[in-house]
Amino acid sequence: MDDTRETDPAEGDAGPNYLRAGYSIRSWLLTTDHKRIAILYLVSLTVMFLVGGAAAVLLRLELISSEASLVSGDGYNKLFTLHGVIMIFFFLVPSIPAVFGNFLIPMMVGARDMAFPRINLASWYLYMTGAILGIAIIVGGGVDTGWTFYTPYSSTYANTHVILAVAGVFIAGFSSIFTGLNIVATVYAMRAPGLGWGRLPLFVWSLLATSLIILLATPVLAITLALVAVERATGIGIFDPGLGGDPVLFQHLFWFYSHPAVYIMILPSLGVVSEIVACFARKRIYGYPFMAGASIAIAILGFFVWGHHMFVSGQSVYAGIVFSFLSFLVAVPSAVKVFNWIATLHRGQISFETPMLYAFGFIGLFVVGGLTGLFTATIAVNVHIHDTYFVVAHFHYIMVGGALMGYLGALHFWWPKIMGRLYPERLARWSAIFVFLGFNLTFFPQFLLGYQGMPRRYHVYPQEFELLNVFSSGGAIFLGLGYLLPAIYLTWSLKYGRAAGPNPWGATGLEWTTASPPPSENFARTPRVTEPVYNYTGERQS
Amino acid sequence: MLPEQASTVAADIDNLYFYLIAFSVVATALIVALIIAFAIRYRRREGAEPAHRDRENWKLEATWIVVPFILIIIAFAWGANLFVEVSVAPDDAEEIHVVGKQWMWHVRHPNGRREINELHVPTDRPIRLTLSSEDVVHSFYVPAFRVKQDAVPGRFTSMWFEATEPGEYHLFCAEYCGTDHSRMIGRVVALAPSEYERWVEAADDPLVSAGEELFHDMRCADCHTGEPDATGPDLFSRYGTAVAVEGEDELVRFDREHLRRALLDPGARVAEGYPAVMPTFRGRLSDREILKLAAFVEARAEDE
Repeated sequence: MDDTRETDPAEGDAGPNYLRAGYSIRSWLLTTDHKRIAILYLVSLTVMFLVGGAAAVLLRLELISSEASLVSGDGYNKLFTLHGVIMIFFFLVPSIPAVFGNFLIPMMVGARDMAFPRINLASWYLYMTGAILGIAIIVGGGVDTGWTFYTPYSSTYANTHVILAVAGVFIAGFSSIFTGLNIVATVYAMRAPGLGWGRLPLFVWSLLATSLIILLATPVLAITLALVAVERATGIGIFDPGLGGDPVLFQHLFWFYSHPAVYIMILPSLGVVSEIVACFARKRIYGYPFMAGASIAIAILGFFVWGHHMFVSGQSVYAGIVFSFLSFLVAVPSAVKVFNWIATLHRGQISFETPMLYAFGFIGLFVVGGLTGLFTATIAVNVHIHDTYFVVAHFHYIMVGGALMGYLGALHFWWPKIMGRLYPERLARWSAIFVFLGFNLTFFPQFLLGYQGMPRRYHVYPQEFELLNVFSSGGAIFLGLGYLLPAIYLTWSLKYGRAAGPNPWGATGLEWTTASPPPSENFARTPRVTEPVYNYTGERQS
Repeated sequence: MLPEQASTVAADIDNLYFYLIAFSVVATALIVALIIAFAIRYRRREGAEPAHRDRENWKLEATWIVVPFILIIIAFAWGANLFVEVSVAPDDAEEIHVVGKQWMWHVRHPNGRREINELHVPTDRPIRLTLSSEDVVHSFYVPAFRVKQDAVPGRFTSMWFEATEPGEYHLFCAEYCGTDHSRMIGRVVALAPSEYERWVEAADDPLVSAGEELFHDMRCADCHTGEPDATGPDLFSRYGTAVAVEGEDELVRFDREHLRRALLDPGARVAEGYPAVMPTFRGRLSDREILKLAAFVEARAEDE
């Protein structure tokens, strides 16, 4: 196996693999190769994930006791703000698009690079500028508004580094706009001959849908946060009623971005799971047009449901009912996804390598997250559970259970392609199971806490909630260890892993037709696509 | 696993919650069962034939679009219907004003009686709360009643409920509002109507309640917490007694005059064993306000 890379005809005259294209720091920091930019993102996102994760561990340790134990009230408020801002804006939103989208989209469409390689590099620099601002704030004393920056608390009352924090998020927002722009342009303009819309892998469809949301919604967030900074710095009244503004206006603007942002985080994972399920069931994804359509439908519907974050904010009863109805509609394309994956398993050839375990785990957690979304969409029930731990549990099932399981699934599925090495399979399977169990132990008790009435963002809480909090904190320790394991064995595999060869899983898709790691130009010559997508059953050209 | 059901809508909301749980459990069980069954039945075996390619079937797709749609429409309609009931107060509801401010709830009853971080209500009578906020967004949440409403600065919002069971229930601030968000809590005390009448009519010295409000506003309890390791001495146990002050051999009687001097010129008489960190309130408190504060401290000292 070790020789495969040298003798692989696919590499041909395309030159050395992208990792060997240069060893200097300069060759990394000034690269325009989409694959190297993906690696830059992978490294920086991992660092940010560790920072956000450390904050989460501290939060859960504090909550083991119902009284103040580890940190002060302000310290706690800064920790959950830090956790939310880092995990959402500096990990989950960029995660799959910036790492796997960057690496895979050009390869999946048979192109040599993204449409705008320099914009791609600029996106990483913007991301790093925002991230460094974020870290500087932590060092400089923190920010305590919550990741939602609700006014007038953020614009007038908070005494922390709000302007720096919104500046960091503002800048990072442009980094996602650049990535989204590149993905849309690449998919539209750079597909290989024969690669029609009906032959695109579903990962490409889901990232296309994600990118459209990024392009349409992120500017709204940028303007909203800029207005917060303007009000704070100059006292011009926009959101603070004391200055003649309207605090609920902020909530409308904020959620107009931040609800679609949930789909920015989850849609890429839906695409990843489709790739994995097709590969390990050895079948074309059932209902391909419905799956692609469901991604687009979720992207569009996502823009019309923001008001469900504001059922008790004083918006009108009728507006609330309309937003409730529209929110329910999102369940339909989500259910279509799940049922089509199950139908794909039917009469397949299923095997259980690590990526497939993550895909199964994803489906389970996504189902729970989606169904509890119905609870929060049901407006009368929402009045009770809004801003309680029920909501905290629900969105962690979607954004951690869903988005992060998808990210880890993608990492394990494409790691052999990205690095050319295999990781220890048995250890990886155990850690996938560990993560799944740890996750449920952490977050399931929070559903119960929430319905019992425990509000979120509480530093101290009535004693009757303590037992379930202890369970949740115990689970968080497991979960944290479960996340560390892949970091260890994947790093180990860089040096000691067996060579992967071009296609260790026997997967379809253009990225698997070239060497692992791929050459800088991706393909020796431009591929020509003659087969239907996911042609696992060896069908003839249609 | 449920909080108490103490309002007229609590049981209705729990029933809808149970419908959603039942629906979710069935759906999850169906999905998990299918995945496990297929995973076992169609696991990859050595030398097996290539996977079978299922024919696409639009009827099947239509089924799993339409059936979930109908089931969720039931939940939507049920929830919307109940929401109208939860939102629209009956015409005969009695109105109580609630103002949120960092980090306490001020309550004012129709006859003028005030309370802080507590809300006394009669059972079996609809109560409408008119909410507002003096600073940031807060949210008035009583889990046992299954109701919640944001208190938004710059506007009035309202909520209503009818308590069914006499008792004491949690009152939480549910919208993050800064440092002591998790301490912006209190209790709702539901009383039988006759007891509520007695409570609300009970002669409540307006001086004392105004003093209590000032005590919160001036944040006296930040230092005078009553704890042994507090920055400031406990006021209620010392009021009316003779106390030791720094640099004086004789004890000083802690009375209204002492309180007044401590507020206006705190450096002159520092309580022995405590740091001289009390700021002056000269210019911030009028004599009339100091009298109100004294009335409150005196009343509390008598209680203890």
